[in-house]
Amino acid sequence: MSDTSSTLRIVWIYPDLLSTYGDRGNVLILRRRAELRGIPTEVVHVHSSDPVPAEGDIYLLGGGEDRPQILAAQRLRADGGLKRAAERGAAVFAVCAGYQIIGETYGDDAANPLPGVGILDVRSSRGPSRAVGEIVADVDPALGVGRITGFENHQGRTEIGPSAKPLSTAVRGIGNDGVTEGAYQGQVLGTYLHGPALPRNPALADLLLRWRVGDIPPLPPSWGERLHEERLAAVL
Amino acid sequence: MSELPLRAQLAAALGRGAASLSRATGRGDGSVIGGRIALKVEPNLLAELARGRRIALVSATNGKTTTTRLISSALREIGEIATNEHGANMPTGHITALSNNPRARIGVLETDEKYLPQVLRETNAVVVVLMNLSRDQMDRASEINLLAKKWREALAASQAHVVANADDPLVAWAGLAAPHATWVAAGQRWKEDSWCCPECGGHLKREPDPHWECPECGLSRPHTTWSLDNATDTVTDPEGKEHRLQLRLPGDANRSNAVIALATAAAYGLRPEQVLPRLREIESVAGRYTSIVTQGIEVRLLLAKNPAGWLESFAVLDPPRVPVILSVNAQIPDGRDTSWLWDVDYTVLRGRRVFVMGERRTDLALRLETDEVDFEVADSVDQVLTRLRAEQPDITKVDVISNYTAFQQIRAAYGRVQ
Repeated sequence: MSDTSSTLRIVWIYPDLLSTYGDRGNVLILRRRAELRGIPTEVVHVHSSDPVPAEGDIYLLGGGEDRPQILAAQRLRADGGLKRAAERGAAVFAVCAGYQIIGETYGDDAANPLPGVGILDVRSSRGPSRAVGEIVADVDPALGVGRITGFENHQGRTEIGPSAKPLSTAVRGIGNDGVTEGAYQGQVLGTYLHGPALPRNPALADLLLRWRVGDIPPLPPSWGERLHEERLAAVL
Repeated sequence: MSELPLRAQLAAALGRGAASLSRATGRGDGSVIGGRIALKVEPNLLAELARGRRIALVSATNGKTTTTRLISSALREIGEIATNEHGANMPTGHITALSNNPRARIGVLETDEKYLPQVLRETNAVVVVLMNLSRDQMDRASEINLLAKKWREALAASQAHVVANADDPLVAWAGLAAPHATWVAAGQRWKEDSWCCPECGGHLKREPDPHWECPECGLSRPHTTWSLDNATDTVTDPEGKEHRLQLRLPGDANRSNAVIALATAAAYGLRPEQVLPRLREIESVAGRYTSIVTQGIEVRLLLAKNPAGWLESFAVLDPPRVPVILSVNAQIPDGRDTSWLWDVDYTVLRGRRVFVMGERRTDLALRLETDEVDFEVADSVDQVLTRLRAEQPDITKVDVISNYTAFQQIRAAYGRVQ
C-alpha cells in the first residue's frame, strides 16, 4: 500500500474514455476482495480532464473505441502521472485498448505507429482480422495464477519486447498473436481479456492485491470460482 | 401496386408468397424470408416500393419497436400505414412491410442502427426519428461513435427532416447535420456513453442537466421545442401548450418515446390532442410490458437488452415487496459476451426478493454477489411461482426482466403473448 496510508487506493483511469464494456467490474471486484480481507479501500475515478494522482496503489485502464483510445494516450502522455506511478512501483492493470496504449507504440497502421505511455515493453498494431470470442490462456507459472478465461474483442496484434514477458500462453483465442496472451513487466500487466477480466479470474485479482499488500489469506470459494469453472468447461 | 414496374411487382409477389409459406409452416412471421426472396429478383425493390410514399424511419439503441408502434398508431389518424410492427428492422423487413400494404401512402419503419444510412438513401425518407445511442452487443454491433458518424454523413446528404432527442449528445451531433430538425427534450438516464464530445473528444460539461456543452470546441445541446417533465407526466409543445400523457405503457422511457411520437406526428401535421388518445390505448408492444396471470400470480414481462435498458427497467419495477426474476442468455441475438452486466448497477435491488435464471445465471449470480444483493437461483418462472406460493402466499405480482432470447423463451412458454 502507499507509504502514507493503510488504505488501498484503486485508481480508475479515464472511465469517460476507456470504459467500453464492463470495465467497471475490475474496480468492483478488487475492492470487494480487498474488503473481504479487512483491507480498507478507496476508489478514485480520474476523468480525462483531471490529473492522474501519483499516490495510487493499483491503476486500472479499460477498453475503448479507436478515437477515445488516441485521446486517452495523448492525455496520459501529457499528464505524466501514470508513468511516474509505475516507476514508483504501483501496480497497473490495463485491458484491451488500455493495454495497447501503456505500451511503447500502438496504432491502426504498423508503418505509422503512435507513441504510447511507455510503461510496458510492447508494440501493438492492427491485425488482419478481428479477434472476437471466448479466450482461455495459461498464465506464466511464476505468477501463480493458473488458467484464465475471458472474452476478447479487438483487432490488435501485440509484439512483446525484451523488457516484458508474455502474461500467458493462449489455449483458445488469439490474444497477442494466437500464441501468447497479454504481457507483464514488474507490476505492470496488460491483457486482451476485456471487461470484467478480474471478476472472471479471481486469482488474477488476488495477484494484483498481493503485489501491493503482500500475503493475503485465501477467501472461501464463491460465485467467481463457479463462473471461472463454468466458462472453462463451456469453452474447452 | 399498379405504379410499380413489372419486375418489382413480380419480386414483391414472390416475397409475399414465401412469407405466407413461412407462416403456414410455422417457421416465423415471414418478414425476413419474404423480403430476402424479393430482393433477389429486384435489388432496387426497397426504393421502388418507397417511391411516392412519405416514409418515417425510426432508429435508436433502445425503444425502436415501441416508438415505431406509437408513431404508426398516431399516424393512422391520417390513413393506412405500412409498418414493420414485428420488429424485422433490416431492409428485408422493410420490403415486406411496404409490399404488404401497397395502398398505404405513409410508411413507419423501425430501422436497425447500422442500416439507417442505407435505408435512408434507398427510401428517400422524409422523416428520420432518432432517440438514443448506447453500448449494445458489442461483439457484433458497431462502435457507437462510428455509428453516429455514419448517421451524420447520411443525414447531411439527405433532404430528411430529423426528429431527434437533444438530450443525447451522440444523437444530437448526428442530427445537427440534417437540413431540417425538430429537437425534443426527451431525456437521457444512461449517460455512461456520452461523457466525451462527439465532435472533438473533449470532456463534456453536463450541467445543469439536461444542458450539455463541450468546453473545447463549443458543440452544445440544440434548442428544443418539445419537452417532457416526467415528474408531472406532462409534455410541452412548441406553442407552449401542456399535455398530460397518461399512457398505459409504464415508465420514463415510454414517456420519452411518446414525446418523440408526438413531435413526429406534428411533422405530419397532427396535433397532440388528435394523437394522445391513440397513444393511450397501447398496453404492450410485442410482448413487452405484457402481464400474464399464472398460478394466480400476475407476471409482468420487461425486456432489457443492454445497460441503458436495464436501468429503465429498474425504474419501472413495482414496490420492493414485489419479487423480481432476472434472466440472461448469451446467444447470438443477445451478444455472446456478458461483460455488460458489470455496467449495470444492481444495488437498487437490495432488500427485494430476487431470482436469477437463464443460460448465464452464474454470471448474474457473481454480479449480484459483488453488489451485495441477496438472490436465489431458479430454473424457470413456473418454479419461482411455485416456490413463492408456498412461502409467500400473499404475493400477487412478480416482475421479470430478461434479455432478448431469454425474453422470447419465457414468452413462448406462455404462448407468445403479445
